[in-house]
Amino acid sequence: MVELPSAELHKTPLHALHLKLGAKMTAFAGYDMPVHYPAGILKEHLHTRAHAGLFDVSHMGQAVLHPRPGVDIAAAFESLTPGDIAGLSPGQMRYTQLLNERGGILDDLMVTRHWAKDKGNALFLVVNAGRKMEDFTHIEKALTGVAVLEPLPDRALLALQGPQAANVLARHIPQGAALKFMHGGSFAIASQEVIVHRCGYTGEDGFEISLPASAAQEWAVRLLAEPEVEPVGLGARDSLRLEAGLCLYGHDIDETTTPIEANLLWSIGKRRREAGGFPGAAIIQEQIRQGVSRLLVGVKPDGRAPAREGTEIQDQTGKKIGQITSGGFSPTLNAPIAMGYVSAAFAAPGTPLQLLVRGKLLPAHTVSLPFIPKRFHK
Amino acid sequence: MQKKFYTEDHEWISLDGEIATVGISNYAQEQLGDIVFVELPQIGAGAQQGDEIAVVESVKAASEIYAPASGEVTAVNTALESEPARVNEAAEGDGWFFRLRLSDKTELDRLMDADAYQRYVEGLG
Repeated sequence: MVELPSAELHKTPLHALHLKLGAKMTAFAGYDMPVHYPAGILKEHLHTRAHAGLFDVSHMGQAVLHPRPGVDIAAAFESLTPGDIAGLSPGQMRYTQLLNERGGILDDLMVTRHWAKDKGNALFLVVNAGRKMEDFTHIEKALTGVAVLEPLPDRALLALQGPQAANVLARHIPQGAALKFMHGGSFAIASQEVIVHRCGYTGEDGFEISLPASAAQEWAVRLLAEPEVEPVGLGARDSLRLEAGLCLYGHDIDETTTPIEANLLWSIGKRRREAGGFPGAAIIQEQIRQGVSRLLVGVKPDGRAPAREGTEIQDQTGKKIGQITSGGFSPTLNAPIAMGYVSAAFAAPGTPLQLLVRGKLLPAHTVSLPFIPKRFHK
Repeated sequence: MQKKFYTEDHEWISLDGEIATVGISNYAQEQLGDIVFVELPQIGAGAQQGDEIAVVESVKAASEIYAPASGEVTAVNTALESEPARVNEAAEGDGWFFRLRLSDKTELDRLMDADAYQRYVEGLG
């Protein structure tokens, strides 16, 4: 992605707070975002795993998809994604993907059937920052006359993640803290509409809190005042999601990878696998039946050297069999970890691999994902 | 007292007789953040001034280290293999990377002294 000069970068409603907290900032998806605060990525990562971290994810795209009268919005949205949207009960959230005609992934997103009784036929969407314009255009175009997309650019999004997240949230939004995993709701607090979902991108229990932009800083300060909570930047967000084996759009998944290749079959409900009716369904159903030639797997270097995105993966005879798509260092395991695509024959956990790092072949193994057990709220 | 020189790429080099010690500056470690891996050169390896000679990796990214002067590697700081965080703790002390037997000490004249480097870093904003 071509990054804009800093003067032209968008700022989230928490931008001034990041600077005040001493964040090191970087351009990400057109936004000036915090990579880390003075504590640094390692400490922020470990703090989130042990206590709770607060992330500014206001750069992500929030929207409500309203049906035209008489339209079943779930059925309409299922024409764009392989997820079981019709099966969502009010307030229930699901991870799915927008697909192209080849079954390639245009973006991955979170979809909630609206929690409000009078809006139970609308969907609440959260999409990736770097894809939101493309996604919104795609959805509007595909559902012209069927639904109206209402982007929510005036809402901020905070993620509160970690084993203490629920205890902290209970002091401020008790109804939000009582939500079930992958459920959401909205709560009027001081005449502000606060939308809370119990979900996240770290492998920990946690919440995503959507707020009016004007109230975001005040809420962030209030949550950061809790003894369990520290601010966490995009650097640790990336290392946390990698440990949890979660895909990053534009790296592990893109328009050339299908959900089956990306090991996301779990996100396609049984009914959808059988009935199809989404873009690229014939290709994806064929991949489910016949298998795929390449698969996204966990890769664990045997040594200490990290293998970064783009690193060539070879078999033991030196033949290229794939490529690393996300690679870095796991603070929890104190060791390098990575994900990448390998030929299907090398996808079984324990398979020996070689990684071509700076001209040297380093031993590694295929491992099952995630690298650390997920600790979602049951 | 040994004089320390700095490169624009943020390596430091300090000469003691024929042998110079090399590391990265405190400013560099602050910019890189938590160091998780250091790839050191082989003892006996030769390098020309400006050659890529080592690699330092933070959680986020890998960065090349360039030889501040030409010479032959006589020692490496093997402690960094198990404790790369020493670079964060003492970049210009215990966190040194390797030692070089210099082939041409006059190459150091092209580098910055501590004051000049300080001004250079301030200019980076």
